[in-house]
Amino acid sequence: MVEINLTDKHVLITGATRGIGAASAKRFAAAGATLYLNGRDSNKLEALCEQLNEEYKVTCHALPFDVSNADEVKQGFQQLFKLTKKLHVLVNNAGVLDDALIGMVTPKQVENTFATNAHSVIYCSQYAARLMQRSGGGSIINIASIIGRVGNVGQAVYGGSKAAVIGITLSLAKELAAANIRVNAVAPGFIDTDMTKQLTEEKYQEREDSIAMGRVGTASDVANVALFLGSGLSSYVTGQVIGVDGGMLI
Amino acid sequence: MAEKKLKQAFVKSLAVPAEVITDSLEYNSIKEWDSTAHMILIAELENIFEVMLDTDDIIDMSSYAKTKEILRKYDIDC
Repeated sequence: MVEINLTDKHVLITGATRGIGAASAKRFAAAGATLYLNGRDSNKLEALCEQLNEEYKVTCHALPFDVSNADEVKQGFQQLFKLTKKLHVLVNNAGVLDDALIGMVTPKQVENTFATNAHSVIYCSQYAARLMQRSGGGSIINIASIIGRVGNVGQAVYGGSKAAVIGITLSLAKELAAANIRVNAVAPGFIDTDMTKQLTEEKYQEREDSIAMGRVGTASDVANVALFLGSGLSSYVTGQVIGVDGGMLI
Repeated sequence: MAEKKLKQAFVKSLAVPAEVITDSLEYNSIKEWDSTAHMILIAELENIFEVMLDTDDIIDMSSYAKTKEILRKYDIDC
């Protein structure tokens, strides 16, 4: 079995308090990375940091700020810069899901969804890229979605924001390659998290039935791929969108 | 001392002789100072002066003279 060792690597994960973000934090902690965990709830972040420190003996800092707000991102990275001059991995995971048929979409839904899911990727990548250049390179991992690739009824806003994440990924991969910074996206399918628990039982079953592998994905399934992309095992991988969807058909 | 480091950063990042670096040198006024070189310059300035520049300041950094003015905001006296 290949062991991934990220000792001396500094990793920032946004939206780290639950779901894919929390699972990614655990995976990177198990690999020995120093963690900077972002979310909006500082208590949850502190609690997770304490847990990871106890279980994996890694250094973990809570960095609460709203990734959809450019000023807060600036302040957040200034705080990160005080803690470390190095960054090797950024997992842009923070995201919201707010579905509606097109006739019922509100401007606030559009603004909030795009700000949290897509603008945040630009804001965080801007600062992260400069820190990574100081470290000689790095890996930016953007959590997109199968919906960003193929769309779905009632998800024009969510799908649009995740398609934006894919577009950002492809452009940044080209722009930052010369600086030895790899940029990839992970496109999860139907994953068992708080986000998908919002569905009705009927809708949930319908989604599960569309998965070729016959099971709903776990946050760890996605976190495993994030870990791969953050490690040297993917040293020649950039500009890719990797589906983690069990063969889901929408 | 700081200005010497600043000038050296410009020489290295833009790959131009030191004589080219004057207060009147502006972004995009020479082919060597394009957007790619600008980001290389930013990385070099952040590295040698141990600062993290605001995005607004990066965009405002339109000349060598302006760069000195901006760095003073970060307590770097050029």
